[in-house]
Amino acid sequence: MFAAMVSSSVVVLVVAVFLASTVEMVEALTIVLAVGNTRGWRSCVEGTAAAFACLVFLVAAFGPALVRVPLVTLHLVVGVILLIFGMQWLRKSILRASGLKEKSDEDKRYRSTVERLETLGRPDGRDGVAFAVAFKGVFLEGLEVVITVITLGTSAHRLALAAEVSVVAVVLVGVTGAAVAKQLTKVPENAMKMSVGILLTSYGTFWTGEGLRVHWPGGDTWLALLVGIYFLVTWLLVQHLRRSDLALNEVSR
Amino acid sequence: MSAERSRAIRALKAFGRFWWEFLVGDTPEITVAVMLVVGIVAFCRIVWQLNLLALVALVTLCAVALGVSVHRAQKAAKRGT
Repeated sequence: MFAAMVSSSVVVLVVAVFLASTVEMVEALTIVLAVGNTRGWRSCVEGTAAAFACLVFLVAAFGPALVRVPLVTLHLVVGVILLIFGMQWLRKSILRASGLKEKSDEDKRYRSTVERLETLGRPDGRDGVAFAVAFKGVFLEGLEVVITVITLGTSAHRLALAAEVSVVAVVLVGVTGAAVAKQLTKVPENAMKMSVGILLTSYGTFWTGEGLRVHWPGGDTWLALLVGIYFLVTWLLVQHLRRSDLALNEVSR
Repeated sequence: MSAERSRAIRALKAFGRFWWEFLVGDTPEITVAVMLVVGIVAFCRIVWQLNLLALVALVTLCAVALGVSVHRAQKAAKRGT
């Protein structure tokens, strides 16, 4: 009974939205902490709250509207967006895992934001710079979460669930950040981004197929298989890049 | 009226720029590959009515596209060092 209710698509949706929201909010938290610690908390909190209000508005405005789009069209459009988006995430995390691209470093992000903010003058009253930097940081990081929530949520007809999972992740990161009062450097960001990339690419492949009227034998249990296939492809690509990098180092020695 | 129009044009441009950055950005090969995959799979499924071929082509071509994009990035990194 429970297994029938919790289908592969729901599991993939919950995990993908939770991980994507967590990763993006860890990055947003670093910017908010840098702004708050450097320029005071009032304008920083206002900027953060305004950004969250805009993000909630986007989900509330576009999510229900998209549900009215014919299902085949919605699946194709959402599938293509998720495929492109997922493959971009996956590519980046593969390059990071193999050492070809620098890994995301929250300490570095924090330091560079603080350095940038310290060079700017500070007004006595409301701090427009603090507001703008906090707003931009949270809004831009949150935009990717909004797109993930809307595309996954509407295509699976689980927009409310996707939004709730995202809120849980945001609150979790926010509470953890407030408790430790420090940027979250220990979070395995690349592994999480890789997982999100695999899940979004799998979902994108599935919905693109549905949009093109491809019949998946076994229905959405195929999603689990797609996750396995993309995991294997990712692992092989990372191993290949590491080996060829090693070979290159041997030759140049 | 003209101020309103220019504001609307600016907003439209910003919206277009956002989607361009989001869907194309620095990996145009992924966008092009996905469009090609959609075309090939649509041809297999809708014109030839071959479901299994469409399914296999969809998954295989997406994996190949990812591999090509990663290989391009590797080559670019080697040229940079």
